[in-house]
Amino acid sequence: MKAMLTCAEVTELVTSYLEGEMAWRRRVAFRLHLGWCRHCRAYLRQMRSTVRVLGRVPDEPIPTEVRDELARRLAAMRKK
Amino acid sequence: MSQDSKRARAGDDGVLVARLIAGEASAFGELVDRYHARMVRIAMGFVADRTVAEEVVQDTWLVVMTGLEGFEGRSSLATWIYRILANRARTRAVRERRSVPFSALGGDDDDGALAGRFDEVGHWSSPPRGWEVEDPEKLCLRREAMEVLKRAMDTLPANQRLVVMLRDVEGLEADEVCNILEVTETNQRVLLHRARTRLRTVLEEHLG
Repeated sequence: MKAMLTCAEVTELVTSYLEGEMAWRRRVAFRLHLGWCRHCRAYLRQMRSTVRVLGRVPDEPIPTEVRDELARRLAAMRKK
Repeated sequence: MSQDSKRARAGDDGVLVARLIAGEASAFGELVDRYHARMVRIAMGFVADRTVAEEVVQDTWLVVMTGLEGFEGRSSLATWIYRILANRARTRAVRERRSVPFSALGGDDDDGALAGRFDEVGHWSSPPRGWEVEDPEKLCLRREAMEVLKRAMDTLPANQRLVVMLRDVEGLEADEVCNILEVTETNQRVLLHRARTRLRTVLEEHLG
């Protein structure tokens, strides 16, 4: 296994890294690369931000008419 | 999702289910508000047509509500709901004869979100641009950025959108998502990777 990773390779591996799905030797190479490459450090940071922001996508409340229709159908089902 | 937030959510689920079974009207509203829009987006990953997707979600709610007393809490409420949804969506997709096997929906080819950003030896030729705001806590308050992100999610290939919604928006674990979507871990990870790569690029374009 290669000891050195290129920046392109790091971007391809970033999800495996964040998932913890990486053989330790490759993980060492990955971290080594981050140690000396500020661009890839920035990339990883931005990737982490992206994932965290996705987790904060606000809920869109159900449209009233859809909810009313649902309640109607539910009530009809319960009557049976 | 952290262990703490998983425990918190399991606690929330339990309370919500108890309130629902007790017939508390506001609990019903809370549940549908929490899940409906996401369920529609997920259903659209299977059936493509929005009207059909809405019908699938309505059907799912009926199954969920009538099956609630049988919910044992072995999985999270979200996983349980999404599993029912995925099954109904798949069945409906077959009926609509628009069904394409999930694996054939593509989305795991490299669509070149980072094309042209590296030189011949794999170094950045066009490195990541700094973002106006990088802190996710602050970023999620920026309505325009969130709109851009949502729109970008809607243009992802369907199976990438499904995976990123369930994993990153909803916070389900990898094995739960593999279960719901009936895909392998590797396939799921590739789709997640492609989706996240595209979405990071979109945010970079907006904020860089």
